[in-house]
Amino acid sequence: MARNAEALTRIGVRTRRRKAASGAAISLGVIALALVIVPSVWIVAQVAFKALPHMSWSVITTPGVGLGGGLQNEIVGTLLITFGVAVVAGFIGVMSGIYLSQFAHGRAASVLRGASEVLAGIPSIVVGYVGYISLVVAFHWGFSLGAGLITLSVMVVPYIAKTTEVSLRQVPSSYVEGAEALGLRPGQILRTISLRSALPGIVTGLIVALAISVGETAPLLYTAGYSQNLPHLSLTHSPLGYLTYAVWTFYNEPSAHAVQLSFDAAFLLIVLVLALITASRIVVAMASRHRESA
Amino acid sequence: MAGAYRRRPFPLPKGKAALASDLASRTEEPQAPRVFRPTTKSPLGPVKIASAASAVAPLLALLAILAILIHQALPAIKFNGVGFFIHNVWHPGNFYLQPQTTNGVLHPAQAEYGAWAIIAGTVLSSLIALVIALPASLGAALVVSKLLGPRVRNALGVFLELLAGIPSVVFGLWGTLTIGPLLSRDVYPIFAKHMPDVIILRWFRGSTGAGEGLLTSGIILAAMIIPIIASTSRDLFAQVPKLTEEGAEALGMTRMEVTTKVTLPWVSAGIIGATVLGLARALGETMAVAMVSGSVLGTLPTNIYATFNTIAATIVTTLDSALIDGTGLAVRTLAEAALALMVVTLLANVGARLLVRKVSTTALPVGRGV
Repeated sequence: MARNAEALTRIGVRTRRRKAASGAAISLGVIALALVIVPSVWIVAQVAFKALPHMSWSVITTPGVGLGGGLQNEIVGTLLITFGVAVVAGFIGVMSGIYLSQFAHGRAASVLRGASEVLAGIPSIVVGYVGYISLVVAFHWGFSLGAGLITLSVMVVPYIAKTTEVSLRQVPSSYVEGAEALGLRPGQILRTISLRSALPGIVTGLIVALAISVGETAPLLYTAGYSQNLPHLSLTHSPLGYLTYAVWTFYNEPSAHAVQLSFDAAFLLIVLVLALITASRIVVAMASRHRESA
Repeated sequence: MAGAYRRRPFPLPKGKAALASDLASRTEEPQAPRVFRPTTKSPLGPVKIASAASAVAPLLALLAILAILIHQALPAIKFNGVGFFIHNVWHPGNFYLQPQTTNGVLHPAQAEYGAWAIIAGTVLSSLIALVIALPASLGAALVVSKLLGPRVRNALGVFLELLAGIPSVVFGLWGTLTIGPLLSRDVYPIFAKHMPDVIILRWFRGSTGAGEGLLTSGIILAAMIIPIIASTSRDLFAQVPKLTEEGAEALGMTRMEVTTKVTLPWVSAGIIGATVLGLARALGETMAVAMVSGSVLGTLPTNIYATFNTIAATIVTTLDSALIDGTGLAVRTLAEAALALMVVTLLANVGARLLVRKVSTTALPVGRGV
């Protein structure tokens, strides 16, 4: 009897210890969760608190003058570059996704897919350096919109290709088979059935790619250059400003106004990125509301 | 055309998705039934050609980047030799003297390059980032997917997306003006004072600097790679079959024991892949590090708070001044550094993806993990 009781206490002690360890692990997990959430909230709040009190329309409506002025040239530049990336990378990325999901199979498909995924992992400054050496110097384009947006497109095409491919693959095969049974030609099926039902996914991927290109700096520094003039609409020989450049150069200037501009630019960047992320969420939500419940 | 549906699995009801992916990992993909297909030539010709050209573009871009870098770096590789990776000097040379020729390469007099310090800085800052980011990501993903409901899981997704979407210059701005000074004033001195003088921990002693340096960069980098590791781990944890976990719990295991003995081993390969991918991203991160590293060239960090530099940050901060070198050696040396960085990140990317493809059904995220 005594030995039994002793054994039971021993088990009791061990169980309690194991439960305590488990509880400790859970609280560590909660701390880890906080480590993930706190920085994102902190950065957004910090930039907003620094930027908002001094924010005025003049920041948005006047171009930069030396270390003063506003951010109009950078805003227009960022929008122009982003629009260009949407056109160039959007076309190549969506087409590439169509090919990978509809036509490619076997080894060739996995090589192309792998190359695209690996391309997205190349350090942005390496892509920027190559863009500078090839487009700016060897092609004699100079610092320009064309060089900047091609370099940036190389970086974001993989995102668009991936999301396009995945969302085309998720189109239920019954849709396609039904269309085939009704006698639609492959081209019609792709256009009216597959692409239409994959559209929300494709748009989401495009928006995420734009959010990334809005925030990139390293690929643009030596390809788009910088200018305080409002951007011209020429693709070559005309450098232009963009918001990330303002953050990168103005933050450690001695002038308080320049530091302020740096925070203003950071705030505008975050607003743009948040708007794009929200837009992608809305697209997803709308799409899932319209989808038949499976 | 005939193979178009071959690889597409059946659509499955939502609730069974987890079970299905488990099934898919063990058995072959379910095959769609063969459908009658007309044998006439497909009218998709132009679309197919245009889309094929687009699909080849990333591969071509990858090869072009490699080729241009190698071509650009070749003279620098010849001039700098193996010593480039071992020595620690960064002397662009004297541009006012007559340029000289060594090993058939024209270079400024007294030019000498050795990247040891920036290689060490790149590796150290990324390792610090990994040490912080890996437990944080795993813990967060575990808590969210095993303790909290699916609604909270989506909420975490929002924060991860936000973290992945914040531009790296904004991370840098936050690091250099806010968290760096804060840590060096309030936190680092406590470490420096109380850390014992033993191996590794010795690195925490000594001067804590002004907030720009290795540890601050590591912390910023950690925040930047958490989205990659956390979002992949969360998807992986959702794949572990409920029955196995519940069985383990029914045998009397505590929550922690289920996690360490069942859940984590089940997905370990995927997590290793995600970690390597995060490491590759940290190695290549440029702007944020350039803003918080302190940008010193040619000195090795003496403790964990010391200023340093990475390969990527060196390229972005010195390419401007490298253009002054009339012989082009300085620019070419940066190409050599970029090539080394690219080869390492390429290997990490390919290795991680091959590993994960072999053992798991969850694909690794592209790029930043959004």
